[in-house]
Amino acid sequence: MSYHIVVCGGIVPDPLQTLEPVMGPAGPSLKNESMLPAVLDPWAAHALFEAANLARNVAGSKVWLVSLGPKAKLQQVMMTVAQKAAFELVPIDGPAGAFTDPVGVSGALAAAIETIAGLDRQQLLVFGGWESATRGAGATMQMVGERLGIVDQFQGVDSLSPREDGSFEILERIEGGQHQVSVCAGPPALVGWATGSLAEPRNNPQVGMANMRTIMPALQKARAASLSGCPPQFVSVTLPRQQRSTRVMKDLSTDEIAREIVAWVNGD
Amino acid sequence: MDTILFLAFTESDGSLAKPALEVLGSAVAMGAPLTVGVIGASIAAASQQVGGCGATRFLSVTGEEFGRSRYSTDAAAAEAIARAAGATLVIAPASSRTNRALPGVAHRLDGAIDTHVTAIADGGSVTRWYYRQRMEAVVNRTARPWFILLESGCHTAWTGEPREASFETVAVSLPPLRTAVTGVRSPQSGEQTIRPDARLLFVAGAGWTKKQADGQPHPREAEELILGFLHKTKASLGGSKSLVDLSGEGEAVLQFMTHLNQIGQTGATPRHPKGLSTCCHGEEPHVVGWRFITERRAVNLDPNCGWARGKADVLYVADAFEVMRKVNALLG
Repeated sequence: MSYHIVVCGGIVPDPLQTLEPVMGPAGPSLKNESMLPAVLDPWAAHALFEAANLARNVAGSKVWLVSLGPKAKLQQVMMTVAQKAAFELVPIDGPAGAFTDPVGVSGALAAAIETIAGLDRQQLLVFGGWESATRGAGATMQMVGERLGIVDQFQGVDSLSPREDGSFEILERIEGGQHQVSVCAGPPALVGWATGSLAEPRNNPQVGMANMRTIMPALQKARAASLSGCPPQFVSVTLPRQQRSTRVMKDLSTDEIAREIVAWVNGD
Repeated sequence: MDTILFLAFTESDGSLAKPALEVLGSAVAMGAPLTVGVIGASIAAASQQVGGCGATRFLSVTGEEFGRSRYSTDAAAAEAIARAAGATLVIAPASSRTNRALPGVAHRLDGAIDTHVTAIADGGSVTRWYYRQRMEAVVNRTARPWFILLESGCHTAWTGEPREASFETVAVSLPPLRTAVTGVRSPQSGEQTIRPDARLLFVAGAGWTKKQADGQPHPREAEELILGFLHKTKASLGGSKSLVDLSGEGEAVLQFMTHLNQIGQTGATPRHPKGLSTCCHGEEPHVVGWRFITERRAVNLDPNCGWARGKADVLYVADAFEVMRKVNALLG
């Protein structure tokens, strides 16, 4: 059994950037959003690495990356991501920020998946992050699955292990730091990845060059998406009050510190 | 006026867990016409818990296939109850089960959903976080039905005299079941270190694995000190990204530390009354793991650490190995 793996992955501002919301006539956005360097969404990146690993280990499998974002930003991010794993990019030119709605985003992603030539629904695994680092709702992938008619869905996945009979075992995160173990009969299925178990692959310039041969034409032909649905009205978007007045204790002995910590831990 | 459906899954014993009762408390406090919907293998205990909440209608889906957390059955059951209730607001506790199933149900009902909600205001707007807890937004919607998944610890739990509720059974049409839930697996380390209900979060940073004053790293002693503290205090363990990544790369560091422990930008943002960070470094994106910790203290040799200055209430400038050795001794 080979797989056709479609990874849905957005782009997000580099986590180390300072983010500041601004309100405009069209709703909230990030200050200098177009200037912020972007990266592939961290959980979607885990999904991509897991997809590439699965495709490498199961002969005949193929990986597509469906990504919604401003075309120029997608191109910038792909310069790095393309060196990590072999895939074919399906770009969608549209907004990448947090202040969109999963209904509209899922519609654009599902529509793009349906246009992939040669995609076999009986071999289809739809991968993505279980949440994004932007909206962080964990809702888009389920809606993509619903639009594609996939009712075997898993979220917070850390492991997918194919078995000889074509089924696969899935570990999903549940409460208390445990995993629920499920066995799915096989594709089609939708998998929202948490961190998985793979380290980030090293850059491979050869893979990057092979990917870029298809990525650049795909970016040039990327269709603009108009997100449907009924977006929320934002009453306010604010940064939290971050500063606490920290009491810095430099001159206490270790014994005194330990006593103070124990009293604090045991206190109400 | 909106009508409310409170929707929850029962635990294995047929009862509703505390987070569900917190959401019921929030739903009751809204004062709108209320329907209670419960899903599970058994709902007998839940029926006693919610019987006196003042709901005008009680709906249930029961059966063995609904006792396991599985998207296809959970979504089908929730959809059936939501359609039967016809409510404009569907309020449910945020859990791995509801977070997975209800976005799909919202789509089936042509509605909208907001997850990880931390407050529901009187006017109907909700509060939630964006960009991994780095900014907070108040959101309203006109789309209905509007599904709202409320995080735990954001409202007082509903309590009332036990009274049997009269539940109507809702019929569910299930798709062919292709997924079998076979069990639950604990982390490979065998050490249960994540305790969501703990009063204290202990955060370990990468400093625990670095060279110490004698020029050598002491990961085994670090493990003993951290596990000793966790055993004595029943605290929950969080790890900074750098420390968790070291473990994931197979280095012999803290063997009980997995990605499940990670807090911060790409990890969890747990809720605990107190938090103690040790040997943590890094700036704002990583420190969001602290966001929902009420009282925060830190032990660090660097007085300017991003986890401490302006983020913690108290910073002890000291060697965490020495401090935790003494703390464990005092705790007995």
